[in-house]
Amino acid sequence: MSMLDIILDIGFFAAAIRLAVPLLLGTLSELVAERSGVLNLGIEGMMLAGALAGFATAHVTGSLWLGVLAALLLGALIGLLMALLVVILRLDQTVTGLGVTMAATGLVFFSYRLGFGESAVPPAITPFSTIPLPLLSDIPFVGPVLFNQYALTYIVYLLVPALAFFLFRTPAGLALRTVGENPKAAAGVGIDPIKMRILALMAAGALAGLAGAYLNLAAFGSFTFGIISGRGWICLALVVLGRWKPFACAGAALLFGAVDAFQLRLQTSGSVDLPYQLFLALPYVATLIVVIVNTRFAAAPAALMEPYDPEKR
Amino acid sequence: MADDTPLLALTGITKRFGEVVANRDVDFTLRPGEVVGLLGENGAGKTTLMNIAFGLYRPDAGTIAVAGKAASIGSTADAIALGIGMVHQHTHVVARHSVLENLMAGLAGRHGLIDRAAALARLAEIAAAYGLGLDPDQLVGDLAVGEKQRLDIIRALFRKARILILDEPTSVLTPQETEGLFSAIRALKADGVGVVYISHKLNEVRAITDRVVVMRRGAVVADAVNDGTLTNAGLAVLMCGHEPERITRTPHQTGAARLELAGLRLGKATQPIDLKVHGGEIVGIAGVSGNGQVRFAETIAGVQMAADGTILIDGKPTSAGSPRRMQQAGLAYIPEDRLGAGLVGALPVSDNMVLSRFGASPFAHFGWLDRKAMAAFAERQIASYDIRPPDAKLPIGLLSGGNQQKAIVARELALKPKVLIIAQPTRGLDVTAIAFVHRELMRLRAEGCAILLISDDLDEIFQLSDRIAVMYESAIVCAMQVEQATVAGIGLAMNGGAIEVPA
Repeated sequence: MSMLDIILDIGFFAAAIRLAVPLLLGTLSELVAERSGVLNLGIEGMMLAGALAGFATAHVTGSLWLGVLAALLLGALIGLLMALLVVILRLDQTVTGLGVTMAATGLVFFSYRLGFGESAVPPAITPFSTIPLPLLSDIPFVGPVLFNQYALTYIVYLLVPALAFFLFRTPAGLALRTVGENPKAAAGVGIDPIKMRILALMAAGALAGLAGAYLNLAAFGSFTFGIISGRGWICLALVVLGRWKPFACAGAALLFGAVDAFQLRLQTSGSVDLPYQLFLALPYVATLIVVIVNTRFAAAPAALMEPYDPEKR
Repeated sequence: MADDTPLLALTGITKRFGEVVANRDVDFTLRPGEVVGLLGENGAGKTTLMNIAFGLYRPDAGTIAVAGKAASIGSTADAIALGIGMVHQHTHVVARHSVLENLMAGLAGRHGLIDRAAALARLAEIAAAYGLGLDPDQLVGDLAVGEKQRLDIIRALFRKARILILDEPTSVLTPQETEGLFSAIRALKADGVGVVYISHKLNEVRAITDRVVVMRRGAVVADAVNDGTLTNAGLAVLMCGHEPERITRTPHQTGAARLELAGLRLGKATQPIDLKVHGGEIVGIAGVSGNGQVRFAETIAGVQMAADGTILIDGKPTSAGSPRRMQQAGLAYIPEDRLGAGLVGALPVSDNMVLSRFGASPFAHFGWLDRKAMAAFAERQIASYDIRPPDAKLPIGLLSGGNQQKAIVARELALKPKVLIIAQPTRGLDVTAIAFVHRELMRLRAEGCAILLISDDLDEIFQLSDRIAVMYESAIVCAMQVEQATVAGIGLAMNGGAIEVPA
């Protein structure tokens, strides 16, 4: 199989989307947090917690959708914890975010061992299956790529324009952006920056939890400790690449997903004789290059990482 | 006045910040169509009082009534709902949003969407009623300082403010912009809006207000109708409790050129600067902030590289782009951002006192710091410059702005400079500290130092300078003897207008 054959395959594009969706959810999560002025380094931990909450709930109740709900709720709860630390107590966002990730990781490992023990055959669930959308999935090429996906993926399709609409067309979205740019200006026009940031972090947590749950509820069907393996950190770079805009972030996630799908196929095709680690590095290298090229045009929210203290002049 | 119910009545307001009492049992009223001047030195509690009225702070004691009804103002949202608007000294705007986005932020919108059409209509309405207009789609970051302030005022009116609090509104404006602000205030007044005008520019307060309230150390010390009998001197005595010292300049013979800028260009696209500052001469650089003053000062001080041109001290060319070598050539630099660029806040006063020369004798020997020599030097400087509290071990960030400035002045003057660059020397200082800094500058002038004084405060420029130059878009657009300069003429040049210099 030549490289051209890989790219011209319908399966390649469908795989690119499957790989991109959890990254896109995580990227939108980080976008919401950063637009409010908070750098959420807890995202990696939130995704892992969401993955376990989704898997465990689905395993116990047998309902995948209850698993989705559990992931959303646990993510929002960790978001609230993060907000308590960085918004109310105004702790350093970098250190706190890393702390939240480490604490969540430890608790997830502990809870998993407690709940599932150590078995030779890891417990599994039957993950979501793909649902071909009537009519749309019959469109040549586009149909099988875009419209033969999981239900969660269709929700994500709607989430991107919905978030863009929210940010740029609604008063609440304008309030969120104002808080992220200049919380003092926001307070001066009657917006409560603290409330805004707490809500933003809870929403970000819910989205991150969903991103984690997607991985085992839709993609893998089982839980492993390495299930997130740095996807949260990738989302931090993808937000920069997507310039804090929902559609551009979708593009960034798709680009990463496509390069990832490409390297997977390149590895298995055996047409290029190189150590597999080099293939694995390909998406990261691609992201790095695009971020470097793109950074000069990107501008982070002006108040990112700046705690808001109402009594401070 | 027909309606005598006060728009705003603050009664018995007390506010403490830790040990400090910022407001002590303060009463304050504002009636419809009235402009009340709120005067006081820095730290007198003017801004604190108005921040309480605007819901930014909660008072420890006291009551607030708006239009005769008792009001509980727990947040700015409450204050806005009650028709109170506040324009801060430093504008609070979002630079990367458009004018319209800034105006619409915090508004409820319609059917859950932001209502652009209604906002445009309201903007046009305000422009027609008060002569306050702006381009709705312009990026706020591109606006001039005066326009940003106008945006703040429009934003308050947008929310139907009947009480408008202006905190030192003219500190960044040119004389022409100030006149524009005054005509807007008169239109608001005619419309029944009450305006609180916080300022320490006494001439302006006497010109625009109906009544003047003076605060000192957190309490109201005077509340007087502005019936034309108020004088600057009388108000100043009320503000600081004693006759303030005013430093005056006596003309004297200046020497040879000590600092010479030849074809100095700050950026690749800016005009070259040619300027000479002579021994015993103070050249004041006037200009609207943001016209390259910081870059100008830093370029001469060697902090930044010039795009082109040379800097000569006593006729000798200097090597640009090295603060240390400029210092060795005899230049001292006192930057406007004291804590950011002039001092290390967490280090003690003694270390800050030798910050520019701790590497060599007498403060270091063979690479080892001589702590004793540093402490002795600091003690001497603290005593002779009356720096308070007199504790060399205290982190300098804990000192007041005035004492921090004294410390920098002490440090830089100990170098016995041939040339001094000093930017915004009295920004944020109270009357006593201002007199101290001005006196030191005069002493240095008498000793033959060449002084480049960069200031936003036109009064200060006129008071101290032998010559005045105007900086506009990173270039010097005109320079003249102070005797030939007028406030109106300099103000025009600050806005980029042409100026006629009498031959």
